[in-house]
Amino acid sequence: MRFMMIVKATTDSEEGKMPSPELIEAMQKYNEELVKAGVLLAADGLQPSSSGIRISYPEPGSKPKIMDGPFTEAKEIIAGYTLIEVKSREEAIEWALRMPDPHGFGQGEIELRQVFEAVDLTDNPEFLEKEAALRKHVEEQKKA
Amino acid sequence: MSLPKTQRTIEAIWRIESPKLIAKLTGMVRDVGLAEDLAQDALVVALEKWPHAGIPDNPGAWLMTTAKRRAIDLLRRTKIRDQKYVEIAKNADLYTEEDIDHVLDGEIGDDLLRLIFMTCHPVLSQDARVALTLRLLCGLTTEEIARSFLVAESTIAQRIVRAKRTLKEKEIPFEVPLGEELHVRLSTVLEVIYLMFNEGYSATSGEHWIRPLLCQEALRLGRVLAEIAPNEPEVHGLVALMEIQFSRFKTRVNSKGEPILLMDQNRAQWDQLLIRRGLAALERSRKSGRSLGPYSLQAAISACHAQALTPEDTDWPRIAALYEALSIVMPSPIVELNRAVAISMAFGPDIGIQIVDVLNADPSLKKYHLLPSVRGDLLVKLGRYDEARAEFERAASLTQNERERSLLLNRAMECEKGKST
Repeated sequence: MRFMMIVKATTDSEEGKMPSPELIEAMQKYNEELVKAGVLLAADGLQPSSSGIRISYPEPGSKPKIMDGPFTEAKEIIAGYTLIEVKSREEAIEWALRMPDPHGFGQGEIELRQVFEAVDLTDNPEFLEKEAALRKHVEEQKKA
Repeated sequence: MSLPKTQRTIEAIWRIESPKLIAKLTGMVRDVGLAEDLAQDALVVALEKWPHAGIPDNPGAWLMTTAKRRAIDLLRRTKIRDQKYVEIAKNADLYTEEDIDHVLDGEIGDDLLRLIFMTCHPVLSQDARVALTLRLLCGLTTEEIARSFLVAESTIAQRIVRAKRTLKEKEIPFEVPLGEELHVRLSTVLEVIYLMFNEGYSATSGEHWIRPLLCQEALRLGRVLAEIAPNEPEVHGLVALMEIQFSRFKTRVNSKGEPILLMDQNRAQWDQLLIRRGLAALERSRKSGRSLGPYSLQAAISACHAQALTPEDTDWPRIAALYEALSIVMPSPIVELNRAVAISMAFGPDIGIQIVDVLNADPSLKKYHLLPSVRGDLLVKLGRYDEARAEFERAASLTQNERERSLLLNRAMECEKGKST
C-alpha cells in the first residue's frame, strides 16, 4: 500500500527561508534510508505559495475564480511530500515518525495519507462504468 | 486496547529492522540460523517491555544492542574463538545514535549483500532460497510466505529450518564472492528475486491470478539490491523489468478476475510513476557501458510497450530486434516464441508462423500452453479458423490456471463465429 507523507508549510517555508544545513543533512540522510530500505517511490519539495495559483469555484456551474498566492494559513498549505510503498499502516507510521521534524520550531507537521489503489476503485460500479466510457472514447478517437 | 496496537507497531519496526539485525548478527556469529534466533530473542524482549515502557526513540539501535548482548553471552558460554570474543567485547558498549548511523551507512550494506548471497546460495534448492530470502531479507512471517505460495505453514517452516541447517553444515561463508564467481552467484540472486516476482505476478496454479505481496517484496528487494550493488547493470535491469511489469499489475484482470492481455489493457491505467522509475533504472543499466544482459534486454522490451500510447504505436520492429539480441544471450524456445510474435506483429503473421511451426517440433515445448495459444492467434489472423480452434483447445487442456483456461476456451468458440463472418 502507498502512503503520502505530506509536510505542512510553516512561516519559514512560506517566507522562502532555507532550512538549516543540519536539517537539510538530516533530511538527506532520512531519504537515503528510505531508498536503502526500498520503500521510497517519489519525493519533492514545493516552492512557497507566493508563486502559487488557486482556482476556485465559488458558484457551481459558473466560471472559476483564479487567485494568485501567497495564501494565508500556513498549516493548510503543503510544503512537500514523500510517497512510500509499505506493507502496513503501522509501517507507514513508523517511517513517518523517523522523518526529522521538518521545522524544529514547534510548527513542524507531517500528515500521513493513504493513496487509493485502483483495486479500491474497481469495486465501485460507477467507476467501472466511467472507465468503460473512457476506453470507448479512446477507441473512437483512434478511429477518427 | 493499546496492547494490540503496540504489538502491530512492533511488528512494523521488526519488518524494517530485522534484515539489518540478522545481517549484522550473522557477521558476528557466522551462523545465519543462530543470528536469526538472537534477533528473535531481542524481539521477544521488546514485545515484553515496550508495551509498558513505551517504544524507545531509536528502536533499531535498542534491538541491535539487546541482540548483541545475547550474542556476547552466548559466545562467552560457548567460548567460541577467544580472539573473536575479545574483539566483540571491545565493542559491546551501548550503541549511540552516531554508531547506528555509521553502521547503517557503510557496513550494513555489505552485511545485507553478504546475507542475500547466503540465502540465495546454490547449495540450497530453489524453493528453499526463495523462502529463506523472504524470511530473512523481507521480514515476512512463515505464515505470510505460506499463504503466498498456497502451501501449509509447516512446509515453509521446515523448509527454512532445513535451509539454515544446510548452510551451517556446508560451512557456507558469510561473504560477497569475488571476480568471476560474483557474476555467477549474482545471477542466482537475481533469479531468486525474479522467481519471487513471477510467482506473485502470474500465479501458476489455482484460482488466483495475482498475488501482489510477493511482487511487492521482490520489487523492494530489487530496489535494495540496486543500492547495495550499484555497479551491477543487471541488478538495475531486473529492477527496471519489475517496475515496468508491475506498472500494469492493476490492468491485468477485469472486475471478474479474468486476465486481460497486454494489447487489450487500459493503458491510461498503467502506473506512470512505476514506468518512470523503470525507465530510470534501465538508463542506469545502460550507463554501465556493458552490453545489455538478459534482464536489461527484457526490461528494454517491456519499456517499448510502456512507451506506446496505444497498442498500434508499439514499435514491433524494435521489439523483434531486442528479442533477437535476447535469443543470443539467453537462447530458449520461449524467447524464440516471443520473437515469433514480435516478428508477426512487425512483418505479418505469415512470417511469424514459420518460426512457430519450427518450434512446434521442439519436444521441450510439448506441454507449454502458450505455444498452441500463440499459434492459434496467428492462424486466426491468417483466417485458418478450424486449425486455430484446435490449437486453442489444446492450449486450454495444457494450462494450470483456471481463468486462463476459460479465456482460451472462449477463444476456441470465437473461431466458430470467425468462420461464419
